[in-house]
Amino acid sequence: MREVRLIQIEEDIQADNRLEAEKVRRRLEEAGTFMLNLMSSPGSGKTSLILKTIEAVQSMRTPAIGMAVIEADMDSQVDAETILDAGVPAVQLRTGGFCHVDSYMVAKTLPSLDLEPIDLLILENVGNLICPAQSDTGANSNVMILSVPEGDDKPLKYPLMFRECEALVVNKSDYLQMGDFDMDSLRRRAKKLNPEIEIFEVSCKTGAGVQQWAEWLLRKIGR
Amino acid sequence: MHELGITHEILEIVLRYARRHRVTQVSKVLLEIGELSDLEQEWIQHYFDAISRGSVAEGARIEVKKLPCRFFCRQCGNEFVTTLTNDEPLICYGCGSEAVEMISGSEYTVKSMEAT
Repeated sequence: MREVRLIQIEEDIQADNRLEAEKVRRRLEEAGTFMLNLMSSPGSGKTSLILKTIEAVQSMRTPAIGMAVIEADMDSQVDAETILDAGVPAVQLRTGGFCHVDSYMVAKTLPSLDLEPIDLLILENVGNLICPAQSDTGANSNVMILSVPEGDDKPLKYPLMFRECEALVVNKSDYLQMGDFDMDSLRRRAKKLNPEIEIFEVSCKTGAGVQQWAEWLLRKIGR
Repeated sequence: MHELGITHEILEIVLRYARRHRVTQVSKVLLEIGELSDLEQEWIQHYFDAISRGSVAEGARIEVKKLPCRFFCRQCGNEFVTTLTNDEPLICYGCGSEAVEMISGSEYTVKSMEAT
């Protein structure tokens, strides 16, 4: 009988995905496109924020910012159609029931977009605060939305998501007066996980805070 | 669903090393997973059993070692373990400084395997 051997491996489980993500970033850079990976729970307002962002960004800069959206939805086309109605190219990325988008899926989707005129490409990730945090999509920036009705305790439950994001958009700020959501607690908890995180209070319903968020985004893409 | 994709990547790494080391049977796979990373051992094992069938990794036991959040203090050089998911302020246990940085806790690694 052969002896049991201990074989050292020391390999990052996601190394292959990260390599592919680097390829995606190189392709985006060649085309001068900035990709934003937008993540949140279902119903916290990803599509609403995208629509508000399109509106704000277009009114704030001339010449216009070229935009497009990749909609990663489990299987419906509802969100992609909503974006198309706003006059922005949108492609559907079917994750086939998969819980998050990885760099391979993005790499497969990019050829269906003409990247040259696109300055800002927004990836609407699958609604989920767990799995998307783990996977590099090839985006230049990760941003998450937390809506007020979800509660200020979410950094305690989904720490990785808060660590992986450059910015946190707290949406539905118009609900702040109605419940016991404590903005200071949220800030403290999010900053403990990620001291650099930028936090924006936004209401897609009233439009409050959208301008500040859009300004930050425009600075990120160099416009 | 998350675990299934991850398990495929784990199996791929394991089989790559099995070929490299001319292994006939993998008996154990050790993963090191940081406290902040999400991974359920039970599901990984379940999926691994299913997708490794017929390979040299069939029947291998998956062991997950959870690594806590470890910090380094830039002020006094102290290293300490703490948890990020509570309301305690994040300061060095030694000197009370806030100038601390995380040095481990988000690992997602196939560490080693036992095989014949």
